[in-house]
Amino acid sequence: MDPLLSVENLTTVFEIPGRPVVAVDDVSFQIHRGETLGLVGESGSGKSVTAFSILQLLQSPGRTTAGRVFFQGRDLLTLPEQEVRKVRGAGIGLVFQEPMAALNPVMRVGAQIGEALRVHGLASKHEARDRAIELLRAVKISDPDKRVDDYPHQLSGGMRQRVMIAVALACRPPLVIADEPTTALDVTVQAQILELLRDMKTEFDVSLLLITHDLGVIAETADRVAVMYAGRIVEQGPVRDIFRHPLHPYTQGLLASIPGEARGDGNRSRLRAIEGVVPNLAALPPGCTFAPRCPHRMDVCTTAVPALVEVDPPHAVRCYLHSDKAEARRGPAPAAHATR
Amino acid sequence: MPLVEVRNLVKHFERGGGFLRAKSVVRAVDDVSFDIEEGETYGLVGESGSGKSTTGRCMLRLIEPTSGQVRFRGDDVLAFDKSRMRAARRDMQMVFQDPYSSLNPRMRARDIVEEPLIIHNIGARGERRDKVTELFGLVGLDPAHLERYPHEFSGGQRQRIGLARALALNPSFVIADEPVSALDVSIQAQVVNLLLDLQERLNLTYLFIAHDLRLVRHICTRLSVMYLGKTVESGNTASIFANPQHPYTRALLSAIPVTDPDAPRHRIELDPQSVNRDAPLREVATGHFAAV
Repeated sequence: MDPLLSVENLTTVFEIPGRPVVAVDDVSFQIHRGETLGLVGESGSGKSVTAFSILQLLQSPGRTTAGRVFFQGRDLLTLPEQEVRKVRGAGIGLVFQEPMAALNPVMRVGAQIGEALRVHGLASKHEARDRAIELLRAVKISDPDKRVDDYPHQLSGGMRQRVMIAVALACRPPLVIADEPTTALDVTVQAQILELLRDMKTEFDVSLLLITHDLGVIAETADRVAVMYAGRIVEQGPVRDIFRHPLHPYTQGLLASIPGEARGDGNRSRLRAIEGVVPNLAALPPGCTFAPRCPHRMDVCTTAVPALVEVDPPHAVRCYLHSDKAEARRGPAPAAHATR
Repeated sequence: MPLVEVRNLVKHFERGGGFLRAKSVVRAVDDVSFDIEEGETYGLVGESGSGKSTTGRCMLRLIEPTSGQVRFRGDDVLAFDKSRMRAARRDMQMVFQDPYSSLNPRMRARDIVEEPLIIHNIGARGERRDKVTELFGLVGLDPAHLERYPHEFSGGQRQRIGLARALALNPSFVIADEPVSALDVSIQAQVVNLLLDLQERLNLTYLFIAHDLRLVRHICTRLSVMYLGKTVESGNTASIFANPQHPYTRALLSAIPVTDPDAPRHRIELDPQSVNRDAPLREVATGHFAAV
């Protein structure tokens, strides 16, 4: 079956005079129906810009310079703005990190949920209110017929995020993009929101693109994972493969740096940190962008960008450490991992 | 004798109040007690609004507590007059959560680190400059960057500047309020390692305020769990993680995301009705107390 969303070679550049910054570099991934893809990375990795590029929400000087974004058979990047607007909300719902900033503070929550429906012509004013109450009930807000008339500031952080999810689901889109949906929340509330997202997947039959920096959130929620570093996907595969057999030194480093149970209680041993700093996107090193921090760096790493290759399909990695394995599988493939 | 003793600390904030409207009182910190031994890392854990940061700030009198006692090397800090408090602050320092807002953007890194030395009238100009260079090296910053402004540093580096500033006066006790939670995952471990190294080299005692339970479990020997201004559980880290007794601690520990896709998940939801707000702490195991 065709994937619901297919992103192909997406490249987004911030055209700052004198030093264009490539924030998203040749990113490709697919999301199938009913699937959750976790897009994980640190600040500046390009994960949020990828989401904004998909929905054409970039602001100047950001511009998508290459690639295609197929959603329900159409390339969103070539659609007129008017058509893209119909996709936002109705086709692809969006949940942001900070519900207080994303919700309108002077509008009752019921009206905000209803607005989504009315903009897309899915409900009259009267029906919208009833639908809003239903949706609040669906996202497990107690007393939905009272809460529908509340303003965002009257709700707790967790409830606001539930309202955001209700807005995103209002038009029953087949895909929801959630950008750090639990980052601003306390850990117990985070657990509740993740559970809600999992429930909503079945109840509303949606697929999910979950963007986060938290590997724990990914492990609990995603079916597949794409790890981004400095604008590129460096590793991609089923969640079990990524967590059990991480191949890229960056993924390995991220997993190793998390303080875990195995290290013992209060033993104060040093954590396994990734040395160095995240590179400046305006001055990326040549070759593999992780090379300056990589414990396995080889000469070739600083000469050309390694290709993202499936070393153990569908588990793919962008690293010279594994390029021989990929070549052995394919047979002799000249310059398979040369520069793009 | 413990280095720090906190006894029945209370901080109430008055809220609202106006024409014909009664004031309400928020019990941000409500009768909190704990001891910190010299050289130890003590954890203060809880969610936003639990009062953990307010407790830390009250201990240094950055805000004045409503009542209670804070003893440092046996002396009652809350009874100190202004000049005595000023002197005491040399020995008790704080590292803040957000390295973006806690450093003055108009000051060079050198001046940010030197400022406490000037305020406390320590050393001649040349000596201070040498001390700043030494501190820069101590926290793993390149002394070549001394003349830079905060915005020219990354988040992790800024947190190092904040740490250098806190260490300028050779304190023995440092309160670290969420020192790594604003940093990228790959940088967090670097800063935690630095905190551990410095503790060993300088014989520091830490109060580590955090919501990341994985981290607290790793670096703290003992901890208190706070919930709505009260300590609901305290004691040895190992005992609390192995055998949490308070319903809130159980809910909190069960909510930690596990980086294992196959790990069984037993989420425990907190039923607020099950919390007896007035239950006193009692010893449930050796060195392990819970308000149940």
